[in-house]
Amino acid sequence: MNHSTTPPTEGTPVVLVLVDHHDGVVRSPTWEALTAARDLGEVHAVWLGRGLDTDALAEYGVAVVHRVDAHGRGAAGPDGYDDGGEDGDGDGVGDVATPEEPLPAAVAHALADVAGRCGADTVLLTSTPTTREVAALVAHRLEAGLVVDATAVHRGPEGHVVAATEAFGSTWAALVEVVRDRAVVALRPYSVAPVPVGTARPVEVRQHRTDVPAGRAVPRVVWRTPGPATRPELATADVVVAGGRGTEGDFALVEELADLLGGTVGATGVATHEGWIGREATIGQSGVTVAPRLYVGVGVSGAVHHRVGMEAARTIVAVNSDPDAPIFEIADVGVVGDLFTVLPQLNAEIRRLRA
Amino acid sequence: MRIVVCVKHVPDPQSDRGFTAEGRVERDPDEGTLNEPDEYAIEAAAALAGPDGEVVVLTMGPPQSRDAVRRGLQRGAHRAVVVTDPALEGSDAFSTATVLAAAVRRIGQDGPVDLVLTGVSSLDGVTAVLPTLLAAELDVAHLGLAADVEVDADDVRVRRDADGRSQVLAAPLPAVVSVTDRANQPRYPDVAGIVGARSKPLTTWSLADLDVDPRRVGRAGARTRVLRAAARGSRDRVLLTDDGTAGTRLATYLLENGLIR
Repeated sequence: MNHSTTPPTEGTPVVLVLVDHHDGVVRSPTWEALTAARDLGEVHAVWLGRGLDTDALAEYGVAVVHRVDAHGRGAAGPDGYDDGGEDGDGDGVGDVATPEEPLPAAVAHALADVAGRCGADTVLLTSTPTTREVAALVAHRLEAGLVVDATAVHRGPEGHVVAATEAFGSTWAALVEVVRDRAVVALRPYSVAPVPVGTARPVEVRQHRTDVPAGRAVPRVVWRTPGPATRPELATADVVVAGGRGTEGDFALVEELADLLGGTVGATGVATHEGWIGREATIGQSGVTVAPRLYVGVGVSGAVHHRVGMEAARTIVAVNSDPDAPIFEIADVGVVGDLFTVLPQLNAEIRRLRA
Repeated sequence: MRIVVCVKHVPDPQSDRGFTAEGRVERDPDEGTLNEPDEYAIEAAAALAGPDGEVVVLTMGPPQSRDAVRRGLQRGAHRAVVVTDPALEGSDAFSTATVLAAAVRRIGQDGPVDLVLTGVSSLDGVTAVLPTLLAAELDVAHLGLAADVEVDADDVRVRRDADGRSQVLAAPLPAVVSVTDRANQPRYPDVAGIVGARSKPLTTWSLADLDVDPRRVGRAGARTRVLRAAARGSRDRVLLTDDGTAGTRLATYLLENGLIR
């Protein structure tokens, strides 16, 4: 194990980026974070678990990748989750900070450890419900400033991190400066254009082991949805058509419109809770954040738990029979009407105009 | 069971919200309401406490914040605590967590606190980091995005729905749990609840009543500052009411504006 703390070139700050990957494939918002990181200093990446791809990281200017094995079991209990697997096989026992089982407290512990060892003054992550928790815990441990859902980041004249954010349902844009010497920033996906470097240089790999303390502050995983952790293509979709309570379980028109527009079908928490569509289609607080070029809400009321997951869409179209539905406050184009009348007509007219 | 529910008094999301020239959040003292996500936390607390337990509703904010805890008392909480102090103005999430943790510890002096419940986020900040920071300050687990909460002997267990999947997480008590709107259906206060709330104890604490370093909180303690803020140009909105042709008109609009090809 290499615990080298070789300092970066004198005066060059180190920026640490948490790589979001599954099965060794890096998810695209990480390229955005690495691109943004290059403006802040020497780029170091943290890779949890297996499947390290240094070539891909080199293309985005990573100088050092820290590969981390995080061991721990969380607080013990009488029914500890134990399927008898070995440490290192990513089954949630032993490995407590893998992409398959990203326990925020454990990931934060690993990230803060590496930040300390490599002297990073900034930690960058892609914003998701889980990583926002990670970001808060890392900032707490490093006594750093925290910016959540930043859309851009750079250094101010005195070297402090400055981030652009949006507030009040994206109706205001604010520029925020971190006044502490260290910063943790969670970047909103699809805000920064990913740009590879011209010439990829070899990446230095450093191995780390971190032991997550088995204290009461780390929850233990008792059960999880079986199967691999997959982020649906929804998160990267250019066009999203979402169905809500108004569909009353009939997603046929939603799917038809999505097909016509070359888009992906999404849903509100209500729809997935009712079982009308799989949970992986959830857009919002408990699910995926989307930032498509076009979002169409069909029978979606626009309650806050859904809205926070889609209000960054460039253009928002909504069809709802309730003129007081909150979605009309953020929709660029709103249609008050019965979706079972409006959508068939819409779909037919799209076909006709294209023919 | 003794449960503390942390709530927040927020500007009405339907009202005009914005920043002042100095980069502070504009707060109209007359407009404000209980943060809606907190209603689910109050309801969860009342259900978990049952007839023998006690629910204490806690908030930190300007004086008008007591409106938020009053609503908690109307919805089943037994006692309320308001932490208010001019020195707290401008506090960020870290300072807020520090103060709330100190208040929880002080509440715990009357008898151990088993659980701290919160909503998942506040409608003004929407960063959703406070529950995590509060747990860190109390050095206990945070079980977030909980759609289901169960307490069993000395353990709490939640179903956490995040990133499109579910986990069941467990931790020993005491712990912090933030509940989503999928957790329950909050009760509306009935007449008995509203009248009864008036005689329930409401305590007010200032910073001097808590063991908190004043330099760590308020504007001076904030880790970030707003350099500038501007309202984004309001989008030109189009609203159609269907007269039997809206579907057709919508298709034309989408095509003409290059939104579909």
